[in-house]
Amino acid sequence: MTALSALLVLTLMGLLLGFALGLAAKVFHVETDPLLDEVSALMPGTQCGQCGYAGCNQAAEAMVKGETPVTCCPPGGKTLAATIAGKLGISISLDSMNDELLLARVNPGLCTGCTRCYKACPTDAIVGANKQIHGVIMAACTGCGSCLAACPERCIDMVPESKALDSWHWPKPIAA
Amino acid sequence: MLFSLFRGGVHPDGFKELSANRRISKLPIPGRLYVPLRQHAGTEAIAIVNVGDQVLKGQLIGRAGRGLSAPIHAPTSGEVIAIEPVVAAHPSGYSTKAVIIRTDRRDQVYPQPALVDPFIQDPETLAKKVADYGIVGMGGATFPSAVKLQSAVGYEINTLIINGGECEPYLTADDRLMRERPDTIVTGSRLIQHIIKAKRVAIVIEDNKKYAIAAMRNATEPYRDVDIVVVPTRYPMGSAKQMIQVVTKKEVPAGKLSTELGVLLYNVGTAYATCECLMENKPLVSRIVTVSGGAIKQPQNVEALVGTPLSYLIEHCGGTVEEPARLLMGGPMMGLVMPSADAPLIKGAGGVLALQAHEINQTESSPCIRCGRCVSACPMGLLPLEMANRARSQDFDSASEFGLKDCILCGSCAYVCPSHIPLVHYFQYAKGEISQKNAAQKRTEYTRELSEARRVRQEKEAAAKAAAKAAKSKRRKRSATTTD
Repeated sequence: MTALSALLVLTLMGLLLGFALGLAAKVFHVETDPLLDEVSALMPGTQCGQCGYAGCNQAAEAMVKGETPVTCCPPGGKTLAATIAGKLGISISLDSMNDELLLARVNPGLCTGCTRCYKACPTDAIVGANKQIHGVIMAACTGCGSCLAACPERCIDMVPESKALDSWHWPKPIAA
Repeated sequence: MLFSLFRGGVHPDGFKELSANRRISKLPIPGRLYVPLRQHAGTEAIAIVNVGDQVLKGQLIGRAGRGLSAPIHAPTSGEVIAIEPVVAAHPSGYSTKAVIIRTDRRDQVYPQPALVDPFIQDPETLAKKVADYGIVGMGGATFPSAVKLQSAVGYEINTLIINGGECEPYLTADDRLMRERPDTIVTGSRLIQHIIKAKRVAIVIEDNKKYAIAAMRNATEPYRDVDIVVVPTRYPMGSAKQMIQVVTKKEVPAGKLSTELGVLLYNVGTAYATCECLMENKPLVSRIVTVSGGAIKQPQNVEALVGTPLSYLIEHCGGTVEEPARLLMGGPMMGLVMPSADAPLIKGAGGVLALQAHEINQTESSPCIRCGRCVSACPMGLLPLEMANRARSQDFDSASEFGLKDCILCGSCAYVCPSHIPLVHYFQYAKGEISQKNAAQKRTEYTRELSEARRVRQEKEAAAKAAAKAAKSKRRKRSATTTD
């Protein structure tokens, strides 16, 4: 008898609570713009703040609303701008965007090994240890400049990416 | 023998008589060699010598980089005087890291381990030796040969094709090599056959190389499973896909490898280098190169060390009759424009051409008249005019769909175009844009991964800190209660 009642009570509870949860999901549903989600997913996600917003999600929101141009993300570069423009259905000119990415470089003559820059780096692109000269892994650097502000010795420069044979390609032909 | 030929193709004037009838001459050792650390498809080799080191001929000076790569050896004996960027044999005019050797002209050979008869060694050991000796494809693509040998593992290779097509105008390096050193080529081919366990070898030669055919026939006489296949002369016969189609009558499907058809293809120069490596213990440090073109006084083939400045090569061939209008590495159809004659010779260079103004097409292009000649000339069956249109309007995705990804950049379309539209230039541009876009996309993805990894790590660190703090305060409390 007890076993039966327990079974009954639990089943009933399960049904009722399930229904309540389902209802709550409908009633308290927060509408997010699917476009915003898509654009957010494209962003680099380093929250570097070069765009002038607090983070990548805020920048994505502003771009979707049309408050800021899609070219605002330097780490994303032309590719990201073109992809987002395609998503938003707007046409943009990429000519104003700088093709050259500026990357951080630690001046080994001035670095004291204070570790502040690598703590500030959003992509862990700086390596080093306490009282050891730090170095930047160029492939991981996005050029966000967070380390510049963190460095007390002002020993970090932003330099253009070194020109490699692989990064070169034929320019558009000048022809009819 | 009847052939179902490939579609399209063109018949450019050969100009091969300029250099075909002179014997290969050995280039004297130049005073300095500029040996680039990247002469192959893939990543740069890593220098293992220091400035001031004495090196001997064939000594390893750069070990293979990470991933697809090949090692680099000293072409002759001498002293390393610098390891620094030099102008690259590349149209960009960018520089590339090179080991600069001041030669002592004694050509002392680095002692290599004792030679074992390769035909009794197992294929893995041989493939490793081919990799260690820096052998790369000599037809121009410079793909590391060992990687190709290893790619055959797991496939039943029916036919090993040795490519003696050499369909580019002016070039006669493979032709001369086949005429003068046929036995080495045949042995090299048989060694490759032994490594990939191919059932038969087909050495394919275009019918305009009569003497080469005769010499190679003679050299293959003793071997029943090595055949000479004579094919008609038509550009781009020497292209891998077209040659496979002509020989096997099967087309390599788009995006697939020839191994899936049971075919593997090597250039005659690669077969030669493989034999030198396995039978003579010689790393790849020199090659036969055609120095030709209207501006060269004495066009000929020379055996030159890798790293030799092109200007030295040209000087050896009598110099130029006038300032060349264009300097090319490779053939006139697919070769690369050289930024300067200071660029060094690299492993993949089959030719160095100094062309006069009348030999190159400098006609202004005019609008497309939709005559369709490029369509009939395309050996891949693509629509060059449509692809170029899309590239011009920067619609690269649709250019790709129209076959840009299958385009071999042979230049047949641009050759026949009556409006002189630089079709291949458009394709190069579009391919470059596409690969740049892919690289940028990869970089963004990598950045996302890194920032995500950092977030996870920071959370973990915070949790560990909190746990440590909690444990500490707990201990303190306990010790406080016990002292009470």
